[in-house]
Amino acid sequence: MRVALAVPCYVDQFRPQAARATLALLRRLGCDVSLAFDAPCCGQPMFNAGVVTAARAAADNWVRASAPFDAIVMPSGSCTHHVRHHLPGFLGGDAAAHAAEVTFELCEFIAGPLGLPTLAGRFPHRVAMHLGCHAQRGLRLGGSSELHQPVSGLMRNLLMGLDGLTLVPLERPDECCGFGGSFAIGEPDVSVVMGRDKLADVSAHGAEVLVSSDPSCLLHLEAVAAHNGTHLRTLHIAELLEEATR
Amino acid sequence: MSGPGGGAHRGHAKSAAGFLVDAERAAWHDQSLWFMRQKRDRGTDLPEWESLRLAGSALKAHAMSRLADLLEEFERRATANGVVVHWARDAGEHNAIVLGILHSAGVSRVSKSKSMLTEECGLNPFLEARGIEVVDTDLGERIVQLAKEPPSHIVIPAIHWKREEIGALFHRTMGTPAGETSPDALAAAARVHLRDALMNAGAGITGANALVAETGGVVVCTNEGNADLGMHSAPIHIACVGIEKIVATRDDLGVLLRLLARSGTGQPVTSYTTHVASPRPGAAMHVVLVDNGRTRRLADEAMRTALHCIRCGACLNTCPVYRRSGGYSYGHVIQGPIGAILAPAVDLDAHHELPFASTLCGSCADVCPVRIDIPAQLLAWRARSAAAGTLPRGYSTVFSLLGRVLSSLSRFERAARWARRAQRLIPASWLSGRWNPWTRPGRALPVLAVESFREWAHREETPS
Repeated sequence: MRVALAVPCYVDQFRPQAARATLALLRRLGCDVSLAFDAPCCGQPMFNAGVVTAARAAADNWVRASAPFDAIVMPSGSCTHHVRHHLPGFLGGDAAAHAAEVTFELCEFIAGPLGLPTLAGRFPHRVAMHLGCHAQRGLRLGGSSELHQPVSGLMRNLLMGLDGLTLVPLERPDECCGFGGSFAIGEPDVSVVMGRDKLADVSAHGAEVLVSSDPSCLLHLEAVAAHNGTHLRTLHIAELLEEATR
Repeated sequence: MSGPGGGAHRGHAKSAAGFLVDAERAAWHDQSLWFMRQKRDRGTDLPEWESLRLAGSALKAHAMSRLADLLEEFERRATANGVVVHWARDAGEHNAIVLGILHSAGVSRVSKSKSMLTEECGLNPFLEARGIEVVDTDLGERIVQLAKEPPSHIVIPAIHWKREEIGALFHRTMGTPAGETSPDALAAAARVHLRDALMNAGAGITGANALVAETGGVVVCTNEGNADLGMHSAPIHIACVGIEKIVATRDDLGVLLRLLARSGTGQPVTSYTTHVASPRPGAAMHVVLVDNGRTRRLADEAMRTALHCIRCGACLNTCPVYRRSGGYSYGHVIQGPIGAILAPAVDLDAHHELPFASTLCGSCADVCPVRIDIPAQLLAWRARSAAAGTLPRGYSTVFSLLGRVLSSLSRFERAARWARRAQRLIPASWLSGRWNPWTRPGRALPVLAVESFREWAHREETPS
């Protein structure tokens, strides 16, 4: 299957290994991956900060870059959510509707278009799962406690399908980590306490690895952990799946 | 007298930082509200829950679409039932109407059950300044009233008070034994204290959880029975109600009552649900219908559904920011996520920070019994703030510049190369000074990768 890899701005610069793992994994699963997607950002940072004029230029460029492709994969639930749920209403027009239709978060793409609810692989570790909130409640990539659903969903299925992996339960499995984009700098004190609480929940349950759908959550959580001297291996879901299926 | 919630409001982020200084208390506050959220999860775990939410949302949308008709129907029926119906355009008119009723009956002492509407209108200070004694009879309300504080939560007004602090407050104000912290003993003392106020009031003021157009009835829900004692023991009952509380039928009311208690506290129904349609013989009953900005909100299509709110408090309890910043950090009579979309409509300039006091995690929308899309309205208010020039300081400059960089691949890559060079040359200690909100509260500097993905791909691959 032919698919474009779209690498969000902050992944490109702060966590290129998540993009490299996505590329390697997609190829391993038989995809013909194009690296010709040439827009850096869907505009979400500016959009969520209210600066919609600045968001529009980035979003226009993003949907222009999406036009040639029939399938686009992003290693980010948050950006996928923005492209799918905000851009059509924000920009209007066919190009935005097309981008919304063909853009997938990685787990969605594996389970959906590729038709692989689980992957053969091995990851003998105790893993805590953290879905970014836009993946959790925007894309519904996981069951939500608010809706009385158990911890479930596409990402959990992919993890549970791996040999040796133990998914540790959390006290608050779908509580926000406190990143929130501009929130992290606009409300830094609350943001950091939320991060600490998330890490404490993960540590209390003896997880060796924290895996997330969203590199942005990890950027924040790693920064909190590094400041506190917390030792925890953090992986994006692409990195974990790539390592497990080698 | 200052309680644990004391201190002036300095904007949400600063107030929240102040709240978090006492880390142990902040963690206790978070856990107390999380406990409420868990009670809500258990109480709402019904097969028909999502259908109920859909029905609640629909019946509210229906009521708002026929607001004028339903209010007039209510007035007709209530008047026929012997109730005096008053219309108040704003808080000032509301307060003047209540004062007029009290003056004409020579009342100088009133009891008042929980009512966020009267908080919104500032009724207590208005009446007190005119020589009328007001005793709040909800236990939590009484605690914050004795401490001269506003409620910090719309349903649990004294949630920020610890048992020991309540014991000390009651010792000072009610003469309970020093060191008494037993909830039973403190509640018993409050009961005696409040009974006197309830029995000797010249009028009982209540709020209302709903008005039913087809019956002209007023519905009041409490867990303490204080509203019932207040309205039934005084010769005058005054119900102060926001006009958005109207529903068309008793069937609609049934849906809302199921949603309300389960969402707020996890109870199947509040301990007391009182339907009052007419004054008892020899007594008088007044209903004051208050607009105070609600019709303006109704005309604002993007924000209209905020009027559907039934004040259950579920969005406060679930909000990870509210739990860790406390009710006073919002600086508004309604706190939490719903407050953050209601307050800007009252005064965008004064409350411009509130739509940013959220990570947009979406939990509020998922617990909302009438499915208000709070995150969408938070985003809409942020955009309006940008248009009105009331964004938080620096946002406009920073995000305009960022948007310029992020809207072109070549500009982005050029800027990233500069940033990487800066990262090599500038000592980390300079970048993590007190001025840097990322690092100040306890985060390490993020590190730009030595090689970006695109640089790696360019080196390794020829783009196909």
